[in-house]
Parts: sequence; C-alpha cells; structure tokens
Amino acid sequence: MSRNWKTICQLNDIPAQGARVLKREDGDDIAIFRTIDDQVFALVDKCPHKGGPLSQGIVSGRTVTCPLHNWNIDLATGEACAPDEGCSGHIPVKLEAGAIFLALD
Amino acid sequence: MKKLKLVMVGNGMAGVRTLEELLKLTPELYDITVFGAEPHANYNRILLSPVLTGEQTLPEIMLNDVDWYAEHGITLHLGKEVVEIDRGRRIVRAADGTEAEYDRLLLATGSNPFILPVPGKELDGVVTFRDIHDVNTMIDAAANHRHAVVIGGGLLGLEAANGLSVRGMKVTVVHLGEWLLDRQLDRTAAAMLQDTLQERGLSFLLQKQTAELVAGSNGRVASVRFKDGDEVPADLVVMAVGIRPNFNLAEQSGIYCDRGIVVNDFMQTFDPRVYAVGECVSHRGVSYGLVAPLFDMAKVVANHLANFGIARYVPAATSTKLKVTGVDLFSAGNFMGGDGHEEITLSDPVGGIYKKLIVKDDKLVGACLYGDTADGGWYFRLIREGHAIHEMREQLMLGEGAIGDTGHQGQNRAMGMSDDAEVCGCNGVCKGSIVKAIQEKGLFTVDEVKKHTKAASSCGSCTGLVEQILINCVGGAADVKPKSEKAICGCTDLNHGQVRQAIRERHLTSLADTFTALDWRSVDGCSSCRPAINYYLISSWPGEAKDDPQSRFINERVHANIQKDGTYSVIPRMWGGVTNPSELRRIADVADKYDIPMVKVTGGQRIDLLGVKKEDLPKVWADLNMPSGHAYGKSLRTVKTCVGSEFCRFGTQDSTQMGIDLEKDLFGMWSPAKVKLAVSGCPRNCAESGIKDVGIIGVDSGWELYIGGNGGIKTEVAEFLCKVKTHDEVMVYSGAFLQLYREEAFYLERTVHYLHRVGMEYIKQRVLEDEVGRNELYARLKFALSFEQDPWAERTKGGVARHEFAPLSIETVTA
Repeated sequence: MSRNWKTICQLNDIPAQGARVLKREDGDDIAIFRTIDDQVFALVDKCPHKGGPLSQGIVSGRTVTCPLHNWNIDLATGEACAPDEGCSGHIPVKLEAGAIFLALD
Repeated sequence: MKKLKLVMVGNGMAGVRTLEELLKLTPELYDITVFGAEPHANYNRILLSPVLTGEQTLPEIMLNDVDWYAEHGITLHLGKEVVEIDRGRRIVRAADGTEAEYDRLLLATGSNPFILPVPGKELDGVVTFRDIHDVNTMIDAAANHRHAVVIGGGLLGLEAANGLSVRGMKVTVVHLGEWLLDRQLDRTAAAMLQDTLQERGLSFLLQKQTAELVAGSNGRVASVRFKDGDEVPADLVVMAVGIRPNFNLAEQSGIYCDRGIVVNDFMQTFDPRVYAVGECVSHRGVSYGLVAPLFDMAKVVANHLANFGIARYVPAATSTKLKVTGVDLFSAGNFMGGDGHEEITLSDPVGGIYKKLIVKDDKLVGACLYGDTADGGWYFRLIREGHAIHEMREQLMLGEGAIGDTGHQGQNRAMGMSDDAEVCGCNGVCKGSIVKAIQEKGLFTVDEVKKHTKAASSCGSCTGLVEQILINCVGGAADVKPKSEKAICGCTDLNHGQVRQAIRERHLTSLADTFTALDWRSVDGCSSCRPAINYYLISSWPGEAKDDPQSRFINERVHANIQKDGTYSVIPRMWGGVTNPSELRRIADVADKYDIPMVKVTGGQRIDLLGVKKEDLPKVWADLNMPSGHAYGKSLRTVKTCVGSEFCRFGTQDSTQMGIDLEKDLFGMWSPAKVKLAVSGCPRNCAESGIKDVGIIGVDSGWELYIGGNGGIKTEVAEFLCKVKTHDEVMVYSGAFLQLYREEAFYLERTVHYLHRVGMEYIKQRVLEDEVGRNELYARLKFALSFEQDPWAERTKGGVARHEFAPLSIETVTA
C-alpha cells in the first residue's frame, strides 16, 4: 500500500537539534524534529502529560524534553521515558534528497 | 568483538550496585555471571529491621528480582557458594561443582557477623541478624517463645531488640560498652535513647560480658550467663556484636588480605584481574559497613571495569540513622571530638532534645543529634563541604531552616508528618506516596525520588523534606551529596565545578569540544547538561564561545516566556520601573491589535502581556519598540526602585536614577540563575532591597550594598556587603560581585546559595579587599556585556532566528 506522502520542507529548514511545527486546520499540530545526526522524526505536538508543545523542547540524542515539566519523550515512538508513562502519537516521516515528507492520512 | 567474561562472587547490595553502574556505562562489554550463596536475589539488607518489626515484607525490600538479571543477560547462580578460585586458569568453582571462567573477577563477598567464642554458641535458638534466614528464625521464635536476649547495643542490636519487642517478646539488650551505640552517640545522647527504649519495655544490661549460653532440657538455649555470675533467661539469643569482612575465599586463593581484601584506590586487589567491592575490602586499612561508602566504591569499580580508568575511591564522612520508629537520631562525621576539637551542645533532657556539634579548625567535623534531626542533612553537607563556619557559628546550632517556607504549611520535620500530609505543594505529592516509592522502587537519592514521584521536581522548596523522608526510610544509604559533589547529569561523572574548571583550563569553547574532551557518555548531552555547559562556555569565553540556541531552554531561545497553553508572555523593559505615556500607549495598542487576553502589572515594576501567539512575537516586539525585559531568562531581570530624593520627602538619594543606571550598565547579562536588583532611596526600603540578589539602600552619607537576598521559595534576607560613597563605586562593587557569581556559581545556583557555599568572607576578600581584583572583575563583566545586544531588536530588525517564529505548512501533494 502506498502512503500518501506529502512534502513538508527541506531538511535545512529545521535546525539540527531542533524542531519546526506544522500547523493544521483539521487536526493537531505536528512537530518535526531533526537530531544532531540529521535523523528526522515527527510527533503530534502534544506531551502526553499536560499537552505541552514538544516542538519547543530541547532535542538531545533521540529524545525531546517537554518545555513545560521536563518529561522526556522518545522521538521514534512518542513514548514517555521511564518512569513516566504515556505516548504522543508519531507520524511516519521520510527524508529523500534533502526533502522531508510526512504520511498524513 | 567477543565479549569479556565478568564473574561476580557475592550477590549483595554493593556488588549488584556495581553491576548497575557498569551496565549504565557499558551495557555490552561483558558477559556477566553472578554467584550468590543466599537463595534470594538482591534485597535491601538495611531494611531487614522493618521486616522484623512487620512494617515491611520481603517482596517490598527486593532491589533486583531474578527478572532483572534475566533482562540484562546476567547468568545468576543462586544458593551456590563459591569455594575456589583458580587464578592460573581464571576459573571460579562453587561447592556444587558449578564453574565459570573469567577475564575479570569481582569479589563482593560482604561480611560475616561476628560470633562470640563462648560455650553454647551453636545451640538451637542462637542467631545473628544478617540475612533473611535470620529474620525468619527470629519471627518464628517470637511467635513461640517469650524471652529474648540481644547481645550488642549497636545499631543492629537495637533494631533487632526493637523488632522482637514489637513482636511481643520480652527483650534484654546486653552491651559490653559503657553506653549504647558507643560508635554513633556520645554518652548523653545514649542515656536519653536508653530512657526512651526502656519506656517502651526494653531492658538493658550494660558493661556485661557474656560467659556462656546455657542449654535447657530440650537442647535449646535457655539462658545467658555472664562473667560476674549473673544469669538471664533466654529462649532466643541474637548476636549483634559486629561484622567481620568475609575474605576467606580471597585469602585461600592467594590474594593479599589483611583483615579484609586489600585494594588500592581503584578497588583493585593485588591480582590486577581481580577487583573487590563492599564490606569485604580493606581500603587504606579501613573496612566499611555503612551503605553510602559502599555505593561510592561501586561507582569506582564500575568505572574501571568499563575501561574508563578515571575514578578513585576517596573516603568521605558518613552519617548514620537508627531505624527505630519514633526515635529520632542522627550522627555524622567525628561526633566524639577530642584534642583540638571544640564542642557546641544544646541539651534539653525534659524536651527530649540533645544536639552536639564538633568543630575543628573553624570547620564542622561532626554532629550528633537526638530528638530533632531536621537539620541533619544540612550539618552533613557542611561536614562534607568543609566550609569555614565562624561567620555562622552563633546560628549554627539553630539549624539552617533549610526547608522552604511555602507550600507545606510551614512543616519542617518529616518525622511528624502524617502519610497524607502534602510534602510537595507544586505537584501535590503527599508523604505516603514518597515513602511508598522509596520502598517499592528501592530509591536512594533525592533525584530518583523526584523522577518517580515528581516531589521536589518543580520549585524545589520541599527538597529538604524529601531528603529527610529518604533518610528516615533508608538511613545511611541515602545519597544526600551536596550539588558540589554530584555529577551534572547521567551523561558524565563530573560535577559542575570540575566541568567549569576544565572549560577554563583547557580552553574549551564549544559544546562538541567539551563533550569530546570530557568523555561525555551521550553524543549531544541532555536537557540538563546542555544549558549548563552552554552557560559555562559563554561566561568563560565571551566573544569566543558561540552561544548555542539549541542548548537553551525555549524561553531563552525565543526570548519570551512559555505559558501552559503554549502561548508566550512579553515583558518589555522599563528602566528602573519608569515609563511614560508614549510607551503606555504603544503597549495598549499592541494589546488591542494582537488580541492579547491579559495585561498585568508584574512584581518587578513593569507590564506583562500574556497569551501572545508565538508567530506574533516579532511583530509585537516591533510595534512595542521597547527593549527586551529578559523576564524569561537566567539573566538580569529587573532593577526595582523607589521614588527617591527627586520626589519623596524622606528620600536621601536619587534611587530611581541609580536603578536606571545599574539596569543599563548590566543590560543583557546572562547569569547562572535569574538576578534581581533593587535600589531604595532611604532606610525605609520601599523597593524591598533586603530580598534581592543585589540590594542597595541609599543613606544620607552614601549607599549600602546587600547581597544574596531572595524573595521566592524560601525568603532569604540579603547580607550586608559594604557601604560606599559614590555612584561609580555602587556600579563597580555591584558589578564585581555579580561577575564573581557569574564566573564561579553553578548553573541554576542563586546568589544566596552561592554565597552560602563559598562564604561571605571569601566574597569580601575578592570584592572589597582586593582592589585590583575588583576592578578586573568589573572589567571582565563589561567586556562580556560588550557582545550583548537587544535580542528583540536583533529578531525584528536583523531577522535572527526567523525559523523559530514561522510555522510550516503543507506545500505539495505527491502520490
């Protein structure tokens, strides 16, 4: 099954160890992260704890730290790191020829 | 690469802690095999006392169950005692013939309880108090017998006696020494303790030497006979007269032992492949039985096993706590004193309070507290940090008042709090939840408690209470190291001071260089260490180290303060709290234009626009056309002023202008934590200078400078630094102190905590007495500030960090 990939931006539009927000009219905002080694991840921009905007957090390794209460969220799965529990949905993302695509359904 | 084989002999707290530390450092280096003589996995031996009293159960005190070993791929041999080490072939052999090869061997054989060499010591009903088997034997005896005798009036003996008494036995404690707990308490405190325990039904026989354990007709012990001929009935005898390092196996294998397995500072034995850790070792001629030093050793061994090779074991002062419910007792360091030691004592026998502090060479070296141990943690920190105390000597006995004033109804003693009392007012965590987490999850540090319960993880005002609860639950195993000794975060073993020093001495100017040079365990740090190191870099090498926005907390990255709904607050700077109609009109217009839901006057004499959308920030700043108020940063916040001599009929100095000048002089100053100033024009002090990081009070003949005040979590009154005559002196002295703070404080350390750590005398020496040094400090501050511009102007006019404020949108659609 082919996914409905949508071009979002170029890799260089996102700072390394940073994130950008994709605003959507018809759904939650999506945070797109770029790690120090140029891996790209996408999560629903809501911390499972109190809904904090994860896109505003500090990105280190493969986690982001929520700016509101310092929960650490795994970028690949959206799962909160132990001992916290909860999950932000993650969105399939791919990087091709310097462009970032999201599978939005 | 083929994995190395690590074999550990012994399966107790020190050994398993070593494995935990090792797995944190290098999870893949070793195939690990563990031999344990007991049939149980790793449990918290310190909590055997509450199991005996029935306050806890065995499952509650397990630290690592068998699943833990399986999850980490560790081969676990339970109930198998190792009887031989063949060092030539590098094989260990258990009594049942099980063998394991090793590349490295870790001996963690612990200690054995000392058995008095008296006739009858092998009788039925004679036990020690060391492991789960002993506890079960004691519980059985309590159910079926009446008289118990505990030999030994030390910590373990008293806990055993208390437990058996709670279980209904009539208990006599026999002690050779002149007073109870003679290794933990002085005579006065011990007498108070004895009174309390006697009221609870325990009996004591002091200075009695056991001669023989006498058997009854059924072959079970029936009484204890003493050297002086006296005899007491005993259906159960508990020997708690101390422990001896268990080094038989090592000695038989030809490893050098001397009342313990002899190790160097790296915890290595005379055979370089063999390490030892825990109660079985003899380090510089000393063996340890308390958990805190054993855990320190575990860190050192793990570091070397992981091939890091940089850790050394250095003995530190230890503290102890008796785990008898309702008896509050704490001792630390050298509490007995002696030649060249001074004693400060407070004694209230009727109120049941006794405190003794031991001072040597102007430093606190020991403390013995009975009845009120609220300040135990503080005294312990002072002992460990070795501060000069003469400045606080008069107040020393009164304690720190370490606990914040807010959020927990003024409670400052954890002991007296009920389980449903709120400890953490930020996150609504009650005492019972904290105790439960400590016991169920096996927590030993305040940081772990923070992670699991969220208590003390927000404002931190209840940290002292949490520390007390931790000490009450796990006693001496509580890791209550001061921040100056703690690692910055899990990415490194180095503490703040060491990292700062390395950045300065090795001229490190970027985060990447720092991580490489200091062997960081993570590629790019974490949200704890990155902001700290970024600050250390830019404050050590202004103009040279480049600020890393991605290592700053969001507020400092976007120069506004994030709110719970993801909007931001905007506080423009109003120099000295002075504004004018034109600014107020612009603020009003901006509030209307951007639908700003709330406009509020702050405590720092300026105006807050709350609820601004992130994408509107640059436009809001442009329309305001005022500089950033830095109300979001670890930086100069406000300089609060009173009206002063220009208008006020009492004013002696122009405090308003002084405030404006200071604020302009310090504009853009990043600091370890937020910095607030105030200037009052007369001693009525309407600007509240007494609770500011730097507070200035104008008097007729000049200006008084106060430092280290704080109006927040814990109200701290600023301390007098000096009095100066001129406007320029106010600038230089204030600036020099703030630069010293910027250069030396740890990240997130407020001026008050820095001041307490280094002492007022030191600050006076650097800022007052050393004129050249003072001017250099001020010059360095001015140099650092010369690189700072208004961050709002940079972002509205210069287009800096545009990507931060523009959201993405979907551009094209592909199949």
